[in-house]
Amino acid sequence: MEEQQYFKTVITSEHKLLDLHIRETFRYRDLIFLFVKRDFTSLYKQTILGPAWAIIQPLFTTVVFTIVFGNLANLTTADAAGDFVLPGFLFYMAGNICWSYFSGTLTVTSNTFLSNSATMGKVYYPRLVSPIATAFSQLISFGIQLVMLLGIWVVYLVLGGTSLRVTPMLLMIPLAILQMMLLSVGCGIIISSLTTKYRDLTHAVGFGTQLWQYASPIAYGLGLIPQKYLWLYMLNPVTPIVTTFRYALFGFGYFDIGYYLLSWVVTVVVFFIGLILFSRIERTFMDTI
Amino acid sequence: MEELMLKIDSVSKLYKLGQIGGTTLRDELQRKMAKLRKKEDPTMRIGTKSHQKGETFLALDGVSFEVKRGERVGIIGHNGAGKSTLLKLISRVTAPTGGVISMNGRVASMLEVGTGFHMELTGRENIYMNGAILGMTKKEIDAKMEDIIDFSECRQFIDTPVKRYSSGMYVKLAFSVAAHLDAEIVIMDEVLAVGDMAFQKKCLNKMNDVSRQDGRTILYVSHNMSTVRQLCDRVVVLSHGKVIFDGDVESGIDRYMDIREETSQTEFDLSGKRMLYLPATVLAKMTYLRLLAKSKAVYAAGERIEFCLRVHAEKTVDNMLLRMELKYGDDSPVGTAIFAVLGAISKGDTVEYTLSFDPSLLASGNYKALFVIYEMNEFGSYNDLDAVCPAFYFTFEDGRNIHWDLNHWGHVCFPDLRAVSRELVEEARFPKEQDAEKGV
Repeated sequence: MEEQQYFKTVITSEHKLLDLHIRETFRYRDLIFLFVKRDFTSLYKQTILGPAWAIIQPLFTTVVFTIVFGNLANLTTADAAGDFVLPGFLFYMAGNICWSYFSGTLTVTSNTFLSNSATMGKVYYPRLVSPIATAFSQLISFGIQLVMLLGIWVVYLVLGGTSLRVTPMLLMIPLAILQMMLLSVGCGIIISSLTTKYRDLTHAVGFGTQLWQYASPIAYGLGLIPQKYLWLYMLNPVTPIVTTFRYALFGFGYFDIGYYLLSWVVTVVVFFIGLILFSRIERTFMDTI
Repeated sequence: MEELMLKIDSVSKLYKLGQIGGTTLRDELQRKMAKLRKKEDPTMRIGTKSHQKGETFLALDGVSFEVKRGERVGIIGHNGAGKSTLLKLISRVTAPTGGVISMNGRVASMLEVGTGFHMELTGRENIYMNGAILGMTKKEIDAKMEDIIDFSECRQFIDTPVKRYSSGMYVKLAFSVAAHLDAEIVIMDEVLAVGDMAFQKKCLNKMNDVSRQDGRTILYVSHNMSTVRQLCDRVVVLSHGKVIFDGDVESGIDRYMDIREETSQTEFDLSGKRMLYLPATVLAKMTYLRLLAKSKAVYAAGERIEFCLRVHAEKTVDNMLLRMELKYGDDSPVGTAIFAVLGAISKGDTVEYTLSFDPSLLASGNYKALFVIYEMNEFGSYNDLDAVCPAFYFTFEDGRNIHWDLNHWGHVCFPDLRAVSRELVEEARFPKEQDAEKGV
């Protein structure tokens, strides 16, 4: 008989700072897939138009943006001052689909603990599964919107009359999407960790994202920002994501490797702070929620 | 060597009392500020003393026990004893404040059936969903899919969204998923309380099979002692966050029922035990009971239970009768003794009756007696005057040298099953068949 027996799982009151359950979360990848499928199918259940809603929403927002910000307010749609002015419709649509992905993922993941407390209070699965699944299910809508945008882009290209270019920057799109996912999930899980105790932040999320949108070049081009405040403006990690995305798609815009790398640093830091906070809170959040 | 599956080592869980969650950041900041300035907490309710703030509650206090492979352990205790908290810790819903829980293998918790069911998805999709939440991979679920559908008795509706299911179907489906998990440790918290009787029985049998054949370990929490008896081979009794008993099922249940302490009592004040269905003013009431010639309410075979019952009459009653209903310790009915004629009692009198009862038909165990006095008029219709439950407790030891299987045998041992004659016959056939052959 052995005195010491090996146990596969040991639960203690102590928690290691970097115990993030990454491997375990990977083992639950089937669950992530099922959550994504559930989110997507239940989103369009009992609707007539179904996934077409994913297109309708940004389409209308873009039309309104084109009229209000483009025609009435006459804000520039160029990211670099003096650069080629992009067609308003394409410009706003690119910004909108990025932003709707970012804010959508952030809003849903910021509610991870509150909205899943019924399930999480009864059974254990790596809690990180929920925000990851959210990021992917939002990505499906984003994909549909991106296909639509590419369709319009092709129409513009074929009809001519614009100087849209296809450049090697196109390869940056997956990177931009990845960064968007990390940043939105990072912010979301930070907020969700903080809201298990204080609900105040849930109220702030709604208008916070709205304000953040105006601090990002969605409704106007980066060219609008005076040169001397540009550094401050670029601290917002969303800005380089959006401008890089537009540059990659249209072949024109603003790309500064320094600011770009900085936004990656901010993204990664936010994401890891989120992970650490999340894994700390997830152990006992059921007691305080 | 029996493999250790679960080891719980001086585990404790501390909850903060009062306002924990749900406070706002502003409240918390105000509190912090007040603390800094050494003033009274402004968010505190008026009238509460400051030392009450920050009071804590130990839901579990140094709980330790070990569970081996294939054991079926029932965890029982009164409300608030810490059963659910313990299961929550084992199933990792929340973390312990102190101590270590070590486990060998996957844990499937059925703290609530249908966890993670989504109304819009079909039964089949929900099986995948539920299985995945409980830790199975898609491949494992595929392999079990047919079994799960068969067991759930819902094949006809399996591709219909579960929002169209009846609640019974919903529960059956949910239990089926959980029961077919490949987990080494299965945790159940009164999930069997749902579903119809036939399905409950099926579930219990399934859990029994699962434990015996696959050597799975089961932790079962319930207030239903008969299911604990059927399922478990060991019982851990919790009380106020501590383990007060760990051992065989019957003694554990007795301990839980506190019967051992009750049987040391021989005098009972009945005035506070009135049953609720009676009118507020009763014509006559039982006030006091004393067991005679006993220092403990423990009776052996051959002894009669003799007691003295005091009745006080508010009004004159002409023909008063007494009925005694016997219940087992877990409140399951055993039988009724009718009736002792107490006769007439006049207004304002208090009368002491001496009565006796022969318990020899009972099987060994702990019983309680419920008394009803009633009045019968000349037309044979009767009217309950007073009822007390329980009037008294007693333990009976039958002295029979057999293991009495309560679950299937009940609580009464009938006398005299007699073999009347013995005859050798040629063929083991039904007589009718033989007659039919002769007839043709």
